[in-house]
Amino acid sequence: MSTPLRLANIRKRYDGFAVLGGVDLDVDAGEIVAVVGPSGCGKSTLLRLISGLDTRFDGRIAVGERDVRGPDRAVGVVFQEPRLFPWLSVAGNVAFGLADRDTSRAQVLVRETIDVVGLAPFANALPKELSGGMAQRAALARALVTEPQVLLLDEPFNALDAFTRMRLQDHLLAAWSRYRPTLVLVTHDLDEAVYLADRVVLLTDRPARVTDVLRVVPARPRDRRDPNLLGLRVALLEALHLERSELDAAG
Amino acid sequence: MQDAVATIGRVFIGFAIGSLLAIALGTLTGSSRRVEQAVEPTMQALRTVPTLAWAPLLLLWLGIDEPPKLTLVAIGAFFPVYVNLVSGITNVDRKLVEVARVYGLRGREIARRVVIPASLPSLLTGLRLGLSQAWLFVVVAEFFGASAGLGFRLTDSQQSSRVDLMFVALVCLALFGKLSDSALRALEHRALRWRDTLGTERSA
Repeated sequence: MSTPLRLANIRKRYDGFAVLGGVDLDVDAGEIVAVVGPSGCGKSTLLRLISGLDTRFDGRIAVGERDVRGPDRAVGVVFQEPRLFPWLSVAGNVAFGLADRDTSRAQVLVRETIDVVGLAPFANALPKELSGGMAQRAALARALVTEPQVLLLDEPFNALDAFTRMRLQDHLLAAWSRYRPTLVLVTHDLDEAVYLADRVVLLTDRPARVTDVLRVVPARPRDRRDPNLLGLRVALLEALHLERSELDAAG
Repeated sequence: MQDAVATIGRVFIGFAIGSLLAIALGTLTGSSRRVEQAVEPTMQALRTVPTLAWAPLLLLWLGIDEPPKLTLVAIGAFFPVYVNLVSGITNVDRKLVEVARVYGLRGREIARRVVIPASLPSLLTGLRLGLSQAWLFVVVAEFFGASAGLGFRLTDSQQSSRVDLMFVALVCLALFGKLSDSALRALEHRALRWRDTLGTERSA
């Protein structure tokens, strides 16, 4: 069960400073879109707007048929940091967003989701007992358990080492293939973008606008060593680099 | 013996009244900006009044019976609890509140499921400070016209030069103070096992 996501001419200013300068983006139902761009270009801001945490912007964001006017249970978020509630166990954290979390149906669902991210032995552990990667997996499970139609991920694997990151990317794909939510992933890891996404969207520096969209062709499961992916990565690098030199020329 | 019972009773009742009021008002102040603006400056000013300075007024208004003593103890317990709770609530991590908002939770639900557990450590610190204040002020209150209590026993023994009785009273105070603090600490330890701090590491 998933929904298309439509962003039309999104503009956002902070203190009179234009952060988003008219972002247009259509994401198909069940599609994975990676958003890349220079750091501080407004990628995270864009996710905050889609998640409904910040409603002061111009333009239109629609999840399915509905306009976003505030947080909505149809939209799930995984933040840069795990943001686990330190007083709840892993299972308690995962169950947090479930309205019926005390029922046995919910308990089963929670266990299953914890299992998907490979944390079954730690279901009763407190967040302080988890490593960074485990904590982020718990956060992923918490976002997945409510089966949001749109799942937003804000550089979720940023703080992790390369191996853990690759493992988590595969956990994410496994979770995604279970019920295929529409997925928007903000990242500055180009390998991650081409490995996970159907399309990679490039944003310019402030004010952010979509400059380029690359389609990632290889079918899943993908091989990280696939020359096609490496080629795409080079193309992305060049596009980002072009961006930079245009800016330099302009500035 | 009678003295000890009288004193413990006053501490218990005064502390209960003071800390419950502090929790009620602190919760209001912490959760509503408007209440905060209305109440905080007054509270800050009242807080700087040494609690002892209330004693003459309380004696005049409430007589020399139990009420002024309980009130003094309650005032002593009130401020540490109130100040710690308010700072605990205002220091709750905005990022955790955002997680709750993403799941569509609002005001009261966020308060119950995020703000209260997150500010529990500060509240417990406040309660412990408040309790030690309560012990301090119960003795002071009993200095002024009481007919029973450890504070009364101290002044009374001073007049009759009974140093031995004075020591008994002092030892009692040390013992009860320590016992009641240990009880709160045990509660704190149980309720806050989830904290990742030096304290929890040492006792793990």
